Formats: sequence, C-alpha cells, structure tokens
Amino acid sequence: MATEILMPALSPTMEEGTLAKWMVKEGDTVSSGDILAEIETDKATMEFEAVDEGVIGKILIAEGTEGVKVNTPIAIIGEEGENMSAAETSAPAESSSESEETAEAPAPAQAKSPVQVKVPEEKDIPAGTEMKSTTVREALRDAMAEEMRRDDSVFVMGEEVAEYQGAYKVTQGLLDEFSDRRVIDTPITEHGFAGLGVGAAFAGLRPIVEFMTFNFAMQAIDQIINSAAKTLYMSGGQMGCPIVFRGPNGAAARVAAQHSQDYAAWYAHIPGMKVVQPYSAADAKGLLKSAIRDPNPVVFLENEILYGRSFDVPALDDYTVPLGKAKIWREGDDVTIVSFGIGMTYALEAADELAKEGISAEVIDLRTIRPMDTETVVKSIMKTNRCVTVEEGFPVCSIGNYLSATIMQEAFDYLDAPVINCTGKDVPMPYAANLEKLALTSTKEVMDAVKAVTYR
Amino acid sequence: MATRSRAKKNSASMEELLNYYREMLQIRRFEEKAGQLYGMGLIGGFCHLYIGQEAVVVGLEATSKEGDQRITTYRDHGHMLACGMDPKGVMAELTGREGGYSKGKGGSMHMFSKEKEFYGGHGIVGANVPLGAGLAFANKYNGNDNVCYTYFGDGAANQGQVYEAFNMAALWKLPVIFVIENNQYAMGTSQKRSTSTPAIYTRGEAFGIPGEEVDGMDVLAVKAAGEKAVAHCRKGDGPYILEVKTYRYRGHSMSDPAKYRTREEVQKMREERDPIEAVRKLILDGNYASEDDLKAIDKEIKEIINDSADFAKESPEPALEELWTDVYAEELPQDDAA
Ligand SMILES: Cc1ncc(C[n+]2csc(CCOP(=O)(O)OP(=O)(O)O)c2C)c(N)n1
Ligand SMILES: [Mg+2]
Repeated sequence: MATEILMPALSPTMEEGTLAKWMVKEGDTVSSGDILAEIETDKATMEFEAVDEGVIGKILIAEGTEGVKVNTPIAIIGEEGENMSAAETSAPAESSSESEETAEAPAPAQAKSPVQVKVPEEKDIPAGTEMKSTTVREALRDAMAEEMRRDDSVFVMGEEVAEYQGAYKVTQGLLDEFSDRRVIDTPITEHGFAGLGVGAAFAGLRPIVEFMTFNFAMQAIDQIINSAAKTLYMSGGQMGCPIVFRGPNGAAARVAAQHSQDYAAWYAHIPGMKVVQPYSAADAKGLLKSAIRDPNPVVFLENEILYGRSFDVPALDDYTVPLGKAKIWREGDDVTIVSFGIGMTYALEAADELAKEGISAEVIDLRTIRPMDTETVVKSIMKTNRCVTVEEGFPVCSIGNYLSATIMQEAFDYLDAPVINCTGKDVPMPYAANLEKLALTSTKEVMDAVKAVTYR
Repeated sequence: MATRSRAKKNSASMEELLNYYREMLQIRRFEEKAGQLYGMGLIGGFCHLYIGQEAVVVGLEATSKEGDQRITTYRDHGHMLACGMDPKGVMAELTGREGGYSKGKGGSMHMFSKEKEFYGGHGIVGANVPLGAGLAFANKYNGNDNVCYTYFGDGAANQGQVYEAFNMAALWKLPVIFVIENNQYAMGTSQKRSTSTPAIYTRGEAFGIPGEEVDGMDVLAVKAAGEKAVAHCRKGDGPYILEVKTYRYRGHSMSDPAKYRTREEVQKMREERDPIEAVRKLILDGNYASEDDLKAIDKEIKEIINDSADFAKESPEPALEELWTDVYAEELPQDDAA
C-alpha cells in the first residue's frame, strides 16, 4: 500500500525546514537506510533516510522548497507495480498542527505549591513520662543508635565518624557498638561518598551520610539533588532513595565565609527532598528517628552551637516526632514569631524580654522546613494578626520570604502589619569578631521587628 | 616516570643555607606565637599551624621567580611568610583586625595577596587544586613562562576535582606544580586508612604527569626536586607532581584530641628529622656560621615576630561599615600583572 513520507523533525526544536535536495527520483527503488533527501534546518543540513523499502511513486515537494512544515507529506512510496496515484487522493494536509490548535487545550491542573505531603499526627507524650536532661549531641547519637539497633540496614558513613568518634562527637560510641561494618570512615571525597550512599539506598540500605559540616556538602550537592531527590519521580515511583544527609549547618564561631552558611532555603527549594532543622534535643532525637525511617531523602540540618545545649527528652523506648509538624513553644496574642534551629534562641529570648514590656508573643518552631507546616503558622496569625520570622540564612529568597508570601495568600485579611523577616545579613560571613556579630541576626533585631509590627 | 629522589649531599652555599635557616625559623616562631595568641583568645575559629612542615614551602619558594603564583589550603601561614608577605599583616588577619591582609574579613584560612601572587588561603579541601590549574592556564594563555605552585594535603589528594585538574593540566600542558604536602594525616585519619595506594606521586601516571617523592624534612632535597619540576613547567612540558613527605608536629587545628597517633611518634620526628635542626647542623658543621651568629638570627626573628604580634593586638577591629563593603566590585582593581 502506498504511504506518505513526511517531512521529518530533525531536532527537538525544529518546526520547519528547507527540502534542499532530493537524492532519489520517481520510480527509484529504495531500501531502508538509503538517503532520500537533504534537509536543511536553522542548525544544520542533515541527510534523511528511508525507513521502509519500496518504490518512490511521486515527489510532492520539489527540491529547494523552503519553509516545509514538519509532518507535511513530501513523497509517496509504494510497492513495485503499484498504482501510486491512489495516494494522491489524500491531498497533502497543510499541517497537522491545525487540528491540534482547534482541539481544546487541557485545563491546567490547579497549581499546588508546594506539592502536598502526607504528615502523620504527632502523638502526645503520655502523662507522667520521665524526662531526662540530654544534650542535642547525645540526643542525635541516641537516635542513630536506636535506629541502628532496630534495623540492620541503617549505617553511618562520613569523615571521622568512626575512629575519631565524630569531628563534633555526634557519633561517639557508635563504632564500639556497631563495628566498622556499619560505622564507616570515608576519605575526604564528599561527592563520591554522597553518591555511594545514594546508590546503597537504591539497593535498599538506609544510609546516614554525615557531612563534617554542610559547607562541604556543596561538593556533593549534585548527588543530593539530582540523584537522591529526583529518582523516585524519574522512575515513576519504582525506586526511591531512603537516605539521611546530616551534619552541622550554619555559622559556628569565627570560622568565616566558607564555613558559615545556613542551607535551609537551598534544600527546601527541591521537590522530593525533606528538610529538617531541629532546635531542641527532644526534637533532634524524635525527628532524626523519623528521618531515618522516612522513605525519602532527608537533609537534616544540625547546629554546632546547639550541640552542647541540654533539653528535657522524654525517656521513652521509641520517641519519634513526625516530619512536617511545627511546634508552638509559647502561646501569645500580640504577635507570632516563627523560627527554626538556632533562630529559636533569638525568638524565645525576644519573647521573654517582650513579655516584660507587656507584649505577648506566640513562638512557633517550624522544626521541618519541607514539608512546611504553614497551617499552624497561618492559624496563629489569624489570632495575633502580626508576624516576624527569624532565621540565620541570607535574606534573598529566604524561608522568611516564602512564609511571608504564604501568609499574604492565606491570611491577607488578618494581617495588621507587613511581615518582617529577621535574617543573616546579605554579606558573606566576615571573620572579625565585631563584624561577625553584626552579620548574624540578634534578639534585639527580633524585638525591634516585633515592636515595628505591633506599632509600639 | 614516577621517581623518588634524594638530594646529593650539601651543595648549598653559605648564603643559601643561612637564608633557609632564617626563613624556616621565622615560620616556626610565627606559628608558635599564633598558637599563644589563640590560647589567649585573640585568634578565633580554626587555626592550622605549619610547624614541622617549614622545609616544604621554603625549599620550593627558593625555586620561584617574579610572577610565579602560589595557592594553598587553610594551612597557609607558612606559605604567606615564605613568599614575602609581611608577618604583621598576616598576624593581624589572624586577630581579625583592620591591618590584616583581608582587613580582618578573611581570617586564618582565607588570606590573599595579589601583590605577592598569593592566591589564598582556601577552606574547602581540594577546591584550590583546579584554581591552581587555572592560574597556570592564565600563564600559558598570556604566553609567559611563569608557573603556579599548587599546594594541597594527602587528604585532599582523594578529592575528585584533583583528578579533573590533573587531566586538564596534562591535556593542555599547563605550567602547574602540584605539591602534595603529605604530612601523613588528614585530621585524625592516617593516610593508610583513607588511601588505596599510598604512593600519591604515582597518581599522575595515568595522565602522563611525571611525579616524584621528596623528603620534605630536608630543605635541600625539596629545593632540588623543585628545580627539576619548575624547569619542566617553564619549558612548556606541562604539569609536574611533587609528593613531599612531611610531618606536622601540632594538632590538625587548635582543637585536636591527638588520639590518632602516639606522643612517641611525634617526639621521634621532632628529634630525628627536624628540618630546622638539620640546616642548623649543616651550617655549624660546615663552619658557615658560629653558634653566636645563629643566636643573633634567632634574636632578630624573635623581634620581627613580637612586632607582628604587637601590631596584631594594636590594630583596631575593622570599622563597622566594612560589613557591607567588598560584596560586589564596582570595577575591577587595575591589574598590573598582565
Ligand atoms: C570539602 C571539605 N571537606 C572536609 C573539610 C574539613 N577538613 C578540613 S582540613 C581536613 C583534613 C585535610 O587533610 P589534608 O588534606 O591531609 O591536609 P592537612 O590538614 O594535613 O594539611 C578536613 C577533613 C573541609 N574543609 N573541606
Ligand atoms: Mg595531611
């Protein structure tokens, strides 16, 4: 049966081209792979091969014709002895795109930003539970140890995590209990071992990859984002990547520009990624346990300055905190202060000071940055009508910016003042002690912001 | 292609030896002083001392000429002094003061001197290696015969970007000397616990880069190897690798539990292989100078270092407006190097 040969698309962006030259003439017998014509696009001149064998019946587009639309019939091919005029009756369609245009464009799906994630309910701590004062450092170690006891597929890998007992002593004691099969010192090869961890997670293990600090995870960010966060989607849901990337994040003390940066906003940008930044020891423990069990990649941002702080941690066998739930640390009526991680120290201190001046602040710890519990924040603002956000990161495209936009969309009518974002200053971290202090946000800045939004 | 070399017995002149002695001693005294100031809280953050490794940079700087560049890691104080940067400006950067090379904004790990062709001072392990290849690229591009000395550690030698830099440097015949300062440890990880094949100097073979293992406790051996490497680069034959075996006496940084090696191991190195003592002995044995002459040098250096410490304490903290400067350049500073 005679078939039409159509003008081919020779690049992803080609819409039309020039039929530069026919390499066959009517009546020629061709077999698959023979060059039929030369076609010129804006990028290159390419040879166009026959896919089927047969006889060229009729050439429909003369050589030298410019602006031939993709999919326009350019010739007719048929079997030997066949009457090709039959195909002539099917007049060359102008362009198939016309029919597409008339077809109704599908309505765009309701834009859901961010994509929804199911968040489990947080269980109440049973009344009468004993509380144990624990440092954040110990809480993190306990979380890893408990999960490693519970699940043999969990292992820890990173620089100095084993024999040295952790550059910041977070993995102290793990090598003794779990041996070097599960507590693994790596060379200084972040991109390599992050990728290796992702591969191991593809194979069903549950790696905890420690970065000595998150500054060094920039070496590995391609594996974290392109390999870990996107694979579930790219594989159509077949294959996920249950992995935790953890380590200290943000400024320590006087370690200057290359070692002082908060990555919350960087990773929160990425669909497929979960991002946690705990403040208290109890949350550090409960969230890390949940992160290790989570079927998704989780970036777990700790803080060197918080490592040594003690908090009450419930003495329960299996204390977990769900990812994606904010926590109200302090209830109040006049303003909502939203923060996370070390930012909470400024938020809580400011709330204490403001209380003395008769301003009642509600303080919310986001705990998880993605998925973010904006519902709790919005609910609070409907009560207080004012909001200040506090974080250590840079101001441009910050978590505070995102919160402000969300509040504007969801609680515009409730706001009595524009939201103020307290952030790190828009400069690389300076080394000098006096400048470093200025570069960070502070309790005073938070108090000033609260006074501004409450018009005091 | 990869070789191990030893210097022939003392072929150095008196002047040369005294110069090495002075340079190495200045680095050592500077570092001791920095350690003291750190203990007094005048220096903060990370501070990585170079004590024990002095012969590496002093030997190699002796092979450099005007216009050659150098770039290194956070363990950078020795490199800065050896290329002629002012101890005052370096020490004041350590204390975070206005008189420091980076106006107090960079600190111990991040210091630069365009004037001395010192391109840092880099905090991220491995990151300075491609940068060094880039500096060498500029030499080739500009058609001069300068070389770039690119220093990094045994731990850094495991970073992937090191090998990306090796390949490009070999492919484009860039005049870069990759100087691996193998002090046997990366923080608390000994080289044998991190490295599949310990002879790092052979790692260029796959790229066609000659490599050499050098005794880094012997300044003359370093100088001799450096001369060979520099000649290779200047001729346009491409990169060269020197794995310089050295040892750091102090902790990785100021906070180091030091549990990963024995006190005896450190003691033995100090007693038997100290690079400064070795030169001192050559000088005295060769009757190039007397004990008294050397004492005079010691005294002179002590004064330079004390002055630098005084300067670093007295120089004011940067003005608060400095927080906001240098984030963007309005125009590039005039480049007089080209
Ligand atoms: C990419 C990166 N990972 C980790 C670190 C933390 N760190 C700083 S120095 C160091 C050890 C480097 O050892 P080596 O390369 O042998 O140099 P040395 O300190 O011995 O001079 C580590 C792990 C870092 N600064 N950058
Ligand atoms: Mg080392």
